[in-house]
Amino acid sequence: MRTSTEHRRRAGDLPVAMVFLLPAAVGFAVFYLWPTLRTMYLSLTDYSLLAPPEWVGAGNYERLLGDRLFWNSLKVTVEYVVINIGVQTVVALGMAVLMHRLTRSGLIRGVLLLPYLVANVVVALIWYTMLDAQLGIVNQALEWIGLDPVAFFGETSTAIPTIALVNVWRHMGYTALLIFAGLQAIPKTVYEAAATDGASEARMFWRITLPLLRPALALVLVLTIIGSFQIFDTVAVTTKGGPINATRVIYYYIYEQAFQRFNFGYAAAVCVALFAILATLALLQLKLLRAGDSDLD
Amino acid sequence: MNPAPRRLSWQRMAAWAILVLFVLITLLPFYWMLRISLSNNRTLFANAGSLLPTDFTFGAFKRVLGIATLAEATAEGGSGANINFWRYLANSVATSAVITVCQVFFSAMAAYAFARLRWPGREKVFFVFLTALMVPPIFTALPNFVTVKQLGLLNTYAGIVLPYLFMTPFAVFFLRQFFLNISREVEEAAIVDGAGHAHIFFRLIVPMSSAPIATISLLVYIGAWNEYFWPLLVGQEDEVRVLTVALGIFRAQTPQAGPDWSGLMAATLLAALPVIALFTIFGRWIVNSIQFSGIK
Repeated sequence: MRTSTEHRRRAGDLPVAMVFLLPAAVGFAVFYLWPTLRTMYLSLTDYSLLAPPEWVGAGNYERLLGDRLFWNSLKVTVEYVVINIGVQTVVALGMAVLMHRLTRSGLIRGVLLLPYLVANVVVALIWYTMLDAQLGIVNQALEWIGLDPVAFFGETSTAIPTIALVNVWRHMGYTALLIFAGLQAIPKTVYEAAATDGASEARMFWRITLPLLRPALALVLVLTIIGSFQIFDTVAVTTKGGPINATRVIYYYIYEQAFQRFNFGYAAAVCVALFAILATLALLQLKLLRAGDSDLD
Repeated sequence: MNPAPRRLSWQRMAAWAILVLFVLITLLPFYWMLRISLSNNRTLFANAGSLLPTDFTFGAFKRVLGIATLAEATAEGGSGANINFWRYLANSVATSAVITVCQVFFSAMAAYAFARLRWPGREKVFFVFLTALMVPPIFTALPNFVTVKQLGLLNTYAGIVLPYLFMTPFAVFFLRQFFLNISREVEEAAIVDGAGHAHIFFRLIVPMSSAPIATISLLVYIGAWNEYFWPLLVGQEDEVRVLTVALGIFRAQTPQAGPDWSGLMAATLLAALPVIALFTIFGRWIVNSIQFSGIK
């Protein structure tokens, strides 16, 4: 008996592993690997879905450089990401620290997570109703305190900040939970020592919490920024890229190019550009925030 | 447990006040959705500032569920537009269920191969699987659309579920973490008794991992239920339309003059209800799993 087990160990379980891996490997090859390569290939072609792709070399990329709408979509997306991530990170950090210092309540954590579990489409529609210029409660509240109503989704200047803040509402609790997990990794003894020395809460936050949280925060930022660049659902349900081009974010631009104009080759080129931007950003962030090493050591 | 000093109690009170404010900001929009869905759409406008439903009625829910007559609907300010709610609900339930069962099962098989079996190149192959996490979904969506179209599966259930059926890198990664922690001794004993890998997988690993499998199933189900982009691409037709896509279309069809806000909010609430219910029952698991994984 023993020798047969030993034999299996040395030869490895390759045949069995192949059987267990088969479905996932097929899914990976057909719906991840091949499409990724195909998008890169399509970005070098002219393809309308009706006729086979036609090779155009770098043509799509040349067009991209001179495409005002592409640059606009990039600008709008960056604007969205900056507002969304900026506000969300500060709010979530505040929530996480408050929870960490005040309570272990699972109920509060659960409630704060709730918006994240509801579909983007649902969140968009709730806020679309609440922010309506005529009967939205937010404009009612503005009226009560003596301000003029705002057409949140309808003005070029407010549309992107509005969408960014709606998604802050959806993601703040989730982000707070990720940061909260990072806070729990900070040893309690550090705080106890600081408290014995008579350090104030504010001082503990700036001198202990924030520096020790940096690696966790870096990872959270990388994940949330990449996610934030992929804003689509809220725009598709509320503004559809308008007013004018104010909310034509890059995902929505790709969607329009591919599925409304059937410029699949060009849409693929925009995809590749987006991917390059995201990969660069992720690498840069991890480098800058030194996510790998901890100040605890 | 708590290292915070208790002497500055007014500071703690202020901190509690801010935390409660966050909870209120989180809950208020849900209440507002409920309030509008229980209002009479005709009287909403005149009572926009009221905190309670105006002219309390279940009319909006009846309109959405198709059990209101046209006269009833128009009397309460409905548009008379038909939303085939039960069909979309069934579509959402079915596609999400099929995605969950298949994806979790196949991902568990793969996770077993990565965690419990020894074979050359295992870590390298796993790394390649993980890189798929880095690819933005739209990057694969364009060619996947072409694939589904060429297979003739546009506007079919198969087309909606296909890309999610076999695996997601996250599910494989999540389950592998748990499978790695199972003690080898149990398995060795079974091998000595002459058990095959199918037996070990189904009779030992899967039952011992029932909690993480339930958690990932819940996460996959909620994710599939909330998905909008892919079903928008391949499942626009009424027959196969899922709830998220239906809500988008319902909103787009809402007339600019005198929209049926109550109806819209009732439909939105019904679409969110299953997730809220699942969360109320299993919330603790989800909260814990997010702490555990740190990603998704």
